[in-house]
Amino acid sequence: MSLLTIKNLSARVEEKDILKGFNLTVNPGEVHAIMGPNGSGKSTLASVLAGNESYEVTGGEVDFDGKDLLDMAPEERAREGLFLAFQYPVEIPGVSNVNFMKAAVTEVRKHRGLEPLVAKDFLAYMKEKKELVELDGKLAGRSVNEGFSGGEKKRNEIFQMAMLDPKLGILDETDSGLDIDALRIVANGVNKLKSKDKAFIVITHYQRLLDYIVPDFVHVLYDGKIVRSGTKELALELEEKGYDWIKEELTEA
Amino acid sequence: MAEENQALKDFTEKEYEYGWSVDIETDELPKGLSEDTVRAISEKKEEPEWLLKWRLKAYRHWLTLKEPKWAHVKYPEIDFQDMIYYSAPKNKPEISSLDEVDEDMLKTFEKLGISLEEQKRLMNVAGSNVAVDAVFDSVSVKTTFQETLREKGVIFCSFSEAVKDHPDLVRKYLGSVVPYTDNYYATLNSAVFSDGSFCYIPKGVRCPMELSTYFRINAMNTGQFERTLVIADEDSYCSYLEGCTAPQRDENQLHAAVVELVAHKGAEIKYSTVQNWYPGDKNGKGGIYNFVTKRGICTGAYAKISWTQVETGSAVTWKYPSTILKGDNSIGEFYSVAVTNNYQQADTGTKMIHLGKNTKSTVISKGISAGFSNNSYRGLVKIGKNATNARNFSQCDSLLLSSTSGAHTFPYIECGNKSAKVEHEATTSKVGEDQIFYCNQRGLDTEQAIGLIVNGYCKEVLNKLPMEFAVEAQKLLSISLEGSVG
Ligand SMILES: Nc1ncnc2c1ncn2[C@@H]1O[C@H](COP(=O)(O)OP(=O)(O)OP(=O)(O)O)[C@@H](O)[C@H]1O
Ligand SMILES: [Mg+2]
Repeated sequence: MSLLTIKNLSARVEEKDILKGFNLTVNPGEVHAIMGPNGSGKSTLASVLAGNESYEVTGGEVDFDGKDLLDMAPEERAREGLFLAFQYPVEIPGVSNVNFMKAAVTEVRKHRGLEPLVAKDFLAYMKEKKELVELDGKLAGRSVNEGFSGGEKKRNEIFQMAMLDPKLGILDETDSGLDIDALRIVANGVNKLKSKDKAFIVITHYQRLLDYIVPDFVHVLYDGKIVRSGTKELALELEEKGYDWIKEELTEA
Repeated sequence: MAEENQALKDFTEKEYEYGWSVDIETDELPKGLSEDTVRAISEKKEEPEWLLKWRLKAYRHWLTLKEPKWAHVKYPEIDFQDMIYYSAPKNKPEISSLDEVDEDMLKTFEKLGISLEEQKRLMNVAGSNVAVDAVFDSVSVKTTFQETLREKGVIFCSFSEAVKDHPDLVRKYLGSVVPYTDNYYATLNSAVFSDGSFCYIPKGVRCPMELSTYFRINAMNTGQFERTLVIADEDSYCSYLEGCTAPQRDENQLHAAVVELVAHKGAEIKYSTVQNWYPGDKNGKGGIYNFVTKRGICTGAYAKISWTQVETGSAVTWKYPSTILKGDNSIGEFYSVAVTNNYQQADTGTKMIHLGKNTKSTVISKGISAGFSNNSYRGLVKIGKNATNARNFSQCDSLLLSSTSGAHTFPYIECGNKSAKVEHEATTSKVGEDQIFYCNQRGLDTEQAIGLIVNGYCKEVLNKLPMEFAVEAQKLLSISLEGSVG
């Protein structure tokens, strides 16, 4: 059975239609890359899936692991195992990463019928995940994203994903702003989290990331829907030729 | 969006959890205020002649005063004849152990969240000590850990006991920081105060435990007028905490306390308040009028007074803990979190009066407003002409949780010395939807998210609270974990 099935999804923000009949099926164990020009609706898709209420769903359905995703509150989606690594992670001054993650992990565990981890076990768990994504120990003690550099914020997103152990991870341009080493570290982190029952949707502009996280499918999002799907080779083609040829083909058709 | 707003509303409209009253037999005076009331209070308390005279002077002066109206708060006229000025539990226990305390009373304390039992437990578990003097309505019913304190020469008792056992100290310091002529409510308090706490730390002594008083207004129509006097002699240190709760009633109740702090040369007083008086219901009915005068003086060089307050209760709050920095190099600090929701009104802040050279003061104020509430910061920084190189830094941040609430800042600066440096920063922000969504996306519901965000916002101030009470303060801000790990 598929993990995520999106059928004919349409959404708007501020009276403007952004997603216009979007379809996608993701099976457990798969990695899907979504590419597409600026403003084509990639982040909108991620936000809608995560349940951001600024976006109004105007049509379509989404099934997530047998449940109606659009019917769930954002926190329920998260607890059910949907994780979004934000394109622009938010700062929460005064709230330490440790406490933030303790609260979040406790909620997710509760949802899975597990007791909260005692402080000692929690810290050990956190240490393990920190090492997985090579997160600087100092960052974990600081306030959530406050004063983090762009790259540090992105790494912190992947760290949080490791902590929450989701079924589906959506990475919205996690590679932008990362230096070459950080890119490799983040990608390695994702690869280590990969398993036969987990899936990832990786939104990116650069094929470089896909050298590290090898996708099973590459889709091009344009004007609110997927206009082309392929394999890794499609990303290479896009890197070389840009989007114009796709746009042209679309107008010709 | 609608859902988010609902959660936000649910959070900010949480009902008062401490709304109950306990039937304990009380000995009280009839309603009304006159010279006879003042005399009757003094007589019931078997006070010496000088104290009665002082009360009467205050009462007569009060008759010449008008209720102040300058604060940014609105409330109906208070009928001072419609109040009871003295109410004491009949079976006042002479205490040495908890077993002797009236069971209903113990239950009351348990409901306060931090019970005497819990205080005792805290002592064992955390290895740190808390001494409690609980004020039940007007009379102090319980003072714990007196023995340990006595060994150090620390006096910590009810005000009435202090009048009996340490009359010289009381006479010397009573009204020395807040004179009976000070202001309308302080003057009224001076005339009719019924009890309170007294604390004296001798020279060079570091008080070995947190001193704590719990106030609670129980009887109906009881104005509570307690008086606190803390004296830290040269080079001594103490940390004092007061917590306040009141049962839920439809009519408004008046609370007009006076707190005086005296820090001598090299002494330090840390005074923390967690105030959770009944704020009234969702529609603004009932609640406590909290008109309090708190002031400290650093009499000698290098003395330090630090006020920390977490204020979540009361229908109307009017309160400006202040510090007079008289000694050279003395330090004043004010850290405050004031949360208002529904129809609460708070007008609070501080006054830092710099008189000595190289005096330094810091003011950090965090106001959080929700519902239809109004939250004002009012602060005065005054630099006297001899206060060479005085320094002040003030930062006032306001966080709005609703578009129907208000935040106001009224900073006043009077600078009489050119070498002084006074800095004031103010910010106003709304709790961010993006922050809430970010938390939601990590599995936290909106109520938890707001709790976390608000707690983070107040971190700087909460960190100043004694460890033992940080928990309660965080609970008051609806947070469970923040601050205990990491
Ligand atoms: N909150 C909003 N208010 C108004 N317009 C919005 C909002 N969010 C998105 N949009 C608009 O919707 C369109 C799609 O935006 P989206 O962020 O999904 O694009 P994207 O594909 O992620 O682009 P990029 O590659 O630059 O990240 C853009 O035209 C954007 O301006
Ligand atoms: Mg985007």
